[in-house]
Amino acid sequence: MSDITEDEVRAEVRAWLAANWSPELGLVEWRNKLADSGWGVPTWPKQWYGRDLPAGLGPVVDEEFQKIGAIGVAKAGIRTLAAATILAHGTDLHKEKFLRRILTGEDTWCQLFSEPGSGSDVAGAVTRAEMRGNKWVINGQKVWTTSAHHAHWGLLLARTDWDQVKHKGLSYFIIDMHQPGVKVQPLRQMNGHASFNQVFLTDAEVQPEFLVANVGDGWAVTTTTLMHERRGADGLRTWAMGSDRKGRAYDEERAEIATTMEPYKWYPQRAGRVDLVMPRAREAGRLADPLVRQEIARLLIMSKAAEWTARRARAAQEQGRPQGPEGSLGKLVASHVARAAARVHTQLSGADALLTGTDSPMGGVIAEILVSVPATSIAGGTDEIQRNIIAERVLKMPKEPSIDTTRPFRDVPRNTVS
Amino acid sequence: MKFSFSSEQEEFRSNLRRFLAERAPTKEVRRLMESEAGWERAGWRKLNTELGLTAVRIPEAYGGQGFGFGELGIVLEETGRALLCAPYFATSVLATGAILNAGSEAEKQALLPGIASGDTVATLAWVEDDGRWDGAATTLTATPAGGGWRLDGHKSFVLDGHTADLIVVLARAPGSSGEAGLSLFTVAGDAAGLSRRPLKTMDATRKLARLEFRGVTAAPLGDAGAAALPFARTMIEAAVCLANEMAGGADRLREDSLAYAKMRMQFGRSIASFQSMKHKAADMLVEVELAKSAAYYAAAALDEGDDDVAAVASLAKAAASETYLQTAIHAIQIHGGIGFTWDNDTHLWFKRAKSSEVLLGDAHHHRELMMQRWAA
Repeated sequence: MSDITEDEVRAEVRAWLAANWSPELGLVEWRNKLADSGWGVPTWPKQWYGRDLPAGLGPVVDEEFQKIGAIGVAKAGIRTLAAATILAHGTDLHKEKFLRRILTGEDTWCQLFSEPGSGSDVAGAVTRAEMRGNKWVINGQKVWTTSAHHAHWGLLLARTDWDQVKHKGLSYFIIDMHQPGVKVQPLRQMNGHASFNQVFLTDAEVQPEFLVANVGDGWAVTTTTLMHERRGADGLRTWAMGSDRKGRAYDEERAEIATTMEPYKWYPQRAGRVDLVMPRAREAGRLADPLVRQEIARLLIMSKAAEWTARRARAAQEQGRPQGPEGSLGKLVASHVARAAARVHTQLSGADALLTGTDSPMGGVIAEILVSVPATSIAGGTDEIQRNIIAERVLKMPKEPSIDTTRPFRDVPRNTVS
Repeated sequence: MKFSFSSEQEEFRSNLRRFLAERAPTKEVRRLMESEAGWERAGWRKLNTELGLTAVRIPEAYGGQGFGFGELGIVLEETGRALLCAPYFATSVLATGAILNAGSEAEKQALLPGIASGDTVATLAWVEDDGRWDGAATTLTATPAGGGWRLDGHKSFVLDGHTADLIVVLARAPGSSGEAGLSLFTVAGDAAGLSRRPLKTMDATRKLARLEFRGVTAAPLGDAGAAALPFARTMIEAAVCLANEMAGGADRLREDSLAYAKMRMQFGRSIASFQSMKHKAADMLVEVELAKSAAYYAAAALDEGDDDVAAVASLAKAAASETYLQTAIHAIQIHGGIGFTWDNDTHLWFKRAKSSEVLLGDAHHHRELMMQRWAA
């Protein structure tokens, strides 16, 4: 742990930015400088594009970037999960091959965990990986895969041993998405968008060195990825927004965001748009109604308390203290907030809540909230699974007696549909 | 805004928790709650000589320790956890707050050192028979009399009102109405013309009294007719402090019922292994952590002079009101039949949850106050 002070870091990053940042650089060229200097991910190890700064000083560096409008490393989408997983479990070869191109944004990633037959029970995956000759050959079907249609690489969970118990028979791979054995089909959702895909793997190939950790260790690696996914769901994540500044780097960043963030454009609505409640109430002339006031107040109390809980968790993390229970609650709380917000938006809209698109309030934004919120309590781990996790990991309540972890996976009852 | 406690604060908290677990176990709570006074001078002295609890937020100039609401909030969270039977909220939140907010320099010099040392037990009397929590409803009158003042009327729902040595009273000028004409006074607990009757409280750990004033001689606290603002400030502070006390009680209930669920065997397994119990326990944790976040934030807002503190105080109180009671309902349910018995301790916290829910205004009341700030 470095004993460098906040002021020293500030001075150092300022000087470096002054000497290096220019909006006329190419985006990749600039981000390569970030990777070389370690200022793009300063809390990462020195050896891998970082500067070994303590977690608490990361935000200080971010602040200096924001002050002058300097662009950071590519962060949106699954690539941050890939980076975190590779940092934790990858070989030096993985780190060399993948991390830099994640940071520069040259590669995009997707996550191939869920299957039609295993949603909450991700460890029940039945996609097969078999060693044939000197390659892993993959057969099966994945679903809910964001960005699969443009991803270069996929984080793949597959079964390598059917005679082991469920969690021990899984392995974790990095798969090249640009190959004939990988077919991607969009999946249309109830809100009309198609942010997710189905991915069909038919004799798709993975080079042996792209196995992450050991054969049979896939579940541990998956847990790392999922943990980072949940951490991103605490409501504090800011959505990548293109800057309106002029310059080549900004132009290229806007283009990148347009592609990477396209599937996520309804996500703010999915979270309930608490920010729109007061303006809508005012506009609809409902702010004097005591029932409306009570409902709005309930929502604001929950959403403020949720925000402050996430900040407590973050403050503990930044001070390098063990996180209390407040760190595990964000995802569940966010879905309570979203549901409450949808209820209030319905109350405020009255009959207009019957309509959608251009006939409905705010050109369809309110309607989109109402039909997007149900995703919040499902995606990335259902509320029920979140409660189990809180109960078992945080509160140390005993697991239910299980019937699927005590016998070879091939004998475990499972869905017959494919 | 500050979102974490310092290591000194954490140490203070753990010392206090240890002290209260030793000196104020549930057995002691039950003994004291059966008494009419609800607390004992000997135990109160120890609390103040050994830990200096009443001195915490009183400035050093008046014999206190000069800490802020962060520290006071910690004390309240811990006394709330332990269900401490002592006139702490009345003395250190209500009376101390009113004196600090309204009193002149000389009045503070005269009144606060006795409170800081633990010698003076004090309270604030503002609510009357109609049970309204705002000062504007006051009918008790203050009339100039021979160079001093005399009070006539009544107060009710006065915390520790029958045992306090010093009572801060909200009164109004005869003929005034609303927030105009409000003044604060101090009265000795044994003043002539003051009669005090303990009320039968559903929560036996929180004693209330009804006070009758018949020509009681009173000393002014602050300027005559100017009490509305300092009183409102005192109510904001009280809401924040109560929210912290409630968060402590709710967390204790949550922990105790979790421990019980883990131990209780039915159908050949711990009931904590059933998903219905896990989901309830997870929901309880979520609620309690959110209420804590709001209470901590509100205390920090007081310390940092945040402009939004009135709204935030009401937010914290509304959150705590719903959470504490809901947690208590869950706690009894988790305990099953035993949880409905007198011998089981759960009902002690259930009743504290109920009394705290209502005290200073319930969740609806505070949600409306919050909206008056944010949606004016």
